[in-house]
Amino acid sequence: MPIGLQTAAYIAATVLFILSLGGLSNQESAKRAVWFGIVGMALAVLATVFGPGVDLTSPAVVIMLIITVSAGAAAGAIVAQRVEMTGMPQLVAALHSFVGLAAVFIGINSDIAPPEGLAGAELVIHEAEIFIGVFIGAITFTGSIVAYGKLAGKIGGKALLLPGRHALNAGLLILSVILMIMYMNHAGSWTLYLMTLIAFFIGWHMVMAIGGADMPVVVSMLNSYSGWAAAATGFLLGNDLLIVTGALVGSSGAILSYIMCKAMNRHFVSVILGGFGNTTGPAQEIEGEMVPTDGDFVAETLNDADSVVIVPGYGMAVAQAQQSVSELTKRLRAKGKNVRFAIHPVAGRLPGHMNVLLAEAKVPYDIVLEMDEINDDFPDTDVVIIIGANDIVNPAAQEDPNSPIAGMPVLEVWKAKHVFISKRGQGTGYSGIENPLFYKENSRMYYGDAKSSMDALLGKIS
Amino acid sequence: MIIGAAKEVLDGERRVALTPDSARQLQKLGYECAIETGAGAAANFSDSDYTEAGVKVIADAKTLWETSDIVIKVRPPEETELELTHEGQTVISFFWPAQNGELLQKFADKKVNVLAMDMVPRISRAQKMDALSSMANIAGYRAVIEAGNNFGRFFTGQITAAGKVPPAKVLVIGAGVAGLAAIGASTSLGAITLAFDVRPEVAEQVESMGAEFVYLDFEEEQQDGAATGGYASVSSPEFREAQLTKFRELAPDVDIVITTALIPGRDAPELWTEDMVNSMKPGSVIVDLAAEKGGNCKLTRMDEKVVTENGVTVIGYTDFPSRMATQSSTLYATNIRHMMADLTPEKDGQANINMEDDVIRGATATKDGEITFPPPKPKIAAIAAQKPKAPEKTPEEIAAEEEAAAKAAGRKQIGMLVAGGLIMALIGAYAPASFMQHFIVFVLAVFVGFQVIWGVAHSLHTPLMAVTNAISGIIILGALLQLGSGSWIVWFLAGISVLIASINIVGGFMVTRRMLQMFNKS
Repeated sequence: MPIGLQTAAYIAATVLFILSLGGLSNQESAKRAVWFGIVGMALAVLATVFGPGVDLTSPAVVIMLIITVSAGAAAGAIVAQRVEMTGMPQLVAALHSFVGLAAVFIGINSDIAPPEGLAGAELVIHEAEIFIGVFIGAITFTGSIVAYGKLAGKIGGKALLLPGRHALNAGLLILSVILMIMYMNHAGSWTLYLMTLIAFFIGWHMVMAIGGADMPVVVSMLNSYSGWAAAATGFLLGNDLLIVTGALVGSSGAILSYIMCKAMNRHFVSVILGGFGNTTGPAQEIEGEMVPTDGDFVAETLNDADSVVIVPGYGMAVAQAQQSVSELTKRLRAKGKNVRFAIHPVAGRLPGHMNVLLAEAKVPYDIVLEMDEINDDFPDTDVVIIIGANDIVNPAAQEDPNSPIAGMPVLEVWKAKHVFISKRGQGTGYSGIENPLFYKENSRMYYGDAKSSMDALLGKIS
Repeated sequence: MIIGAAKEVLDGERRVALTPDSARQLQKLGYECAIETGAGAAANFSDSDYTEAGVKVIADAKTLWETSDIVIKVRPPEETELELTHEGQTVISFFWPAQNGELLQKFADKKVNVLAMDMVPRISRAQKMDALSSMANIAGYRAVIEAGNNFGRFFTGQITAAGKVPPAKVLVIGAGVAGLAAIGASTSLGAITLAFDVRPEVAEQVESMGAEFVYLDFEEEQQDGAATGGYASVSSPEFREAQLTKFRELAPDVDIVITTALIPGRDAPELWTEDMVNSMKPGSVIVDLAAEKGGNCKLTRMDEKVVTENGVTVIGYTDFPSRMATQSSTLYATNIRHMMADLTPEKDGQANINMEDDVIRGATATKDGEITFPPPKPKIAAIAAQKPKAPEKTPEEIAAEEEAAAKAAGRKQIGMLVAGGLIMALIGAYAPASFMQHFIVFVLAVFVGFQVIWGVAHSLHTPLMAVTNAISGIIILGALLQLGSGSWIVWFLAGISVLIASINIVGGFMVTRRMLQMFNKS
């Protein structure tokens, strides 16, 4: 295949990738858009394989190509088939780590067998590209592995806070810059390898210090890094398609991180630096008491209600309650009630996590609304059911300027006539702060595992 | 312990303090229940209903009082009942300790503990045992029904073949629990309902019930109910005058007046004067829920229905809850049950009058031979004080603020563009041309990415991450190009890279497709 044709294929792939991302603006066009992505990728890979850069006459290349591509495709297909929707965050994190690792390998390869004909400034730039590509790739790799471990429950979700961690990170970063300068002055490959180890440590350490509800930010940040890693690889190989695609992915992840931070009213830097809970003063006293209730009362109230809003949180995913919730929704809708879902941007452990879970359970997407779409409707709502959510419905964010989550946009559920909170026990949310919502007069606590609680309700609503 | 429900001794009282349902709940708290025979009959609960619920039916009052550790009643106990009590016994009922000081002393002397249901403080936690509210609710409803019973017309307006019927106009004075219940009943019958209260903060509640709040042209002190535990207090003479003027204006127009104005510990204020009654249309009805305290209307006679010379019916019944005995017994028994639940935190059937508890302390009138009335003020305010509202911004101020914000945003953007340009220039000055070409592509791609991603629906963020996962597998190109290198290490590492990038591509796209298939419209 001549190089001109290959470039044409790359241009087509670029356009298709952009269309594929743009198509996600609504659910119907998204179904088509994913095909654009698939076709674009197929074009890009075929154009490369049959293009001038790959020597298909060499048996080593062909054998390796066939084995790895088929094995990788099979593994990917199996994983994609088997993954539970509650397991999506883990899968996404795991896939990020692959991109990171591939970037590291490609960078190291480029160091071992540099392209010929580079000299002077071009060589220096090339070396800088290798160094930066490997650095980002390495951080993405270990960071994603830790994120995977945390999301899959293999590593404790608590933030690990080493003493002097900021100084440690800064020191390692400076050391990496020094190594880069040495590497660019031809101090030898050992600087690259040492930096790789340092970057591995930084990635591990950075994500270990972040936990719980900050995970959506971490996952989207790693998403962004995996894009930048691909773009850096594009620079070192001089491949524009890689640069474009990497930049698209990188900016996508960056925007997601920004949206998540905004939804928590936190600064991106403070999330990345880890830790949580610096209060600025004593929390407001909470008056009243938590009043428990039982399934009969909840069912009775639901039977009397006209409009119901369900607020799912991470607890719903943990308890795998989405099917029961969907069934409950179906029955209530069959009785002519207006049932809707209110989704806070940071509900769950992945941007849009709740939407996917509800979609899997066959809840129609047009009754699943965003925070801004539904927040004004709460005063006219008869019943709000909160399933495994806490901080995202905490009125302290608006009422108590000293609260650690003050200013965070929250779902104003307390304005509804009745609020039922399905919760395992009396514990606090991720941020560890009390939720005055539970003490409000119109709130009733419906204790128990979310799934069995919802199943109990199903028995009472026919 | 045994809880015994005594039959009411007052003539005409049909309520009962224990229902079969509440008995079942009390038994869960570890108590045994007993009831005097026939106590529930007037409220349609037969002895056999009680027996079925595991309640012991006792033939006479004497035995009941003798065997019960706790006696529950509705009306305050009378002298005859005092004689049946014994030391250490607890009596729970309405008591009105402020008015019944003498009787209270006698109970204290006999070392009988008295818990007055009417003294339960008005705090959120105690709402479930607030019998005054539950009875007032019934009274308000029943007042409308009684009014309708004595009113010769429809409540709702109708246009029939036989002519047009105007809707009745109802004025409810005092929007407490009873007033709000009356408003609710009246609006749901279809009447045009007006309501008045001295506490302006209840206007919102009134309007939420579908009635129109009657505002006065009066600026001075607007009472804040929070200061008096949610109850109304005495108003200034000027205010009262403004109020009466308004009522005089309304009197010829309204068909039904329901007055519920009470001030704790005082006679009912006179709000509906004789001249107002005289100016009303014949056939109009006044229901005075304050009759027991002298009435809000001069012409009210307690427990009687009188018709004035100009044909206005004035109803002064005081037994509205008792007229709906089944309903009121059910609610009262539930209030009692909640009180017992608070008295029995261990659920061991042993009542513990815990004087540290605000609610129980408030209700307790005598304990261990001592009078504990009046209780100290509860620690928690009944309702939050009205917050001063922030002054509203004028349109000019808002416009100025917006302009300033727009300017700041503009400055920020220009600043960022300048900084970005400088960085570009710096890179351009040192980097080789080949790099700059790629760099243009990179910067443009970032811009396109930002523009495109902003349009992505929030609900599709997870598919977005999955699809970006898949396309970041494009890194496979780099690995493919390195496969042909001479070094076996490079060959091997590139092979691994191809492998994992393939997982990314195939896995990412397939899982995205799977997710998107699930999104379905209803």
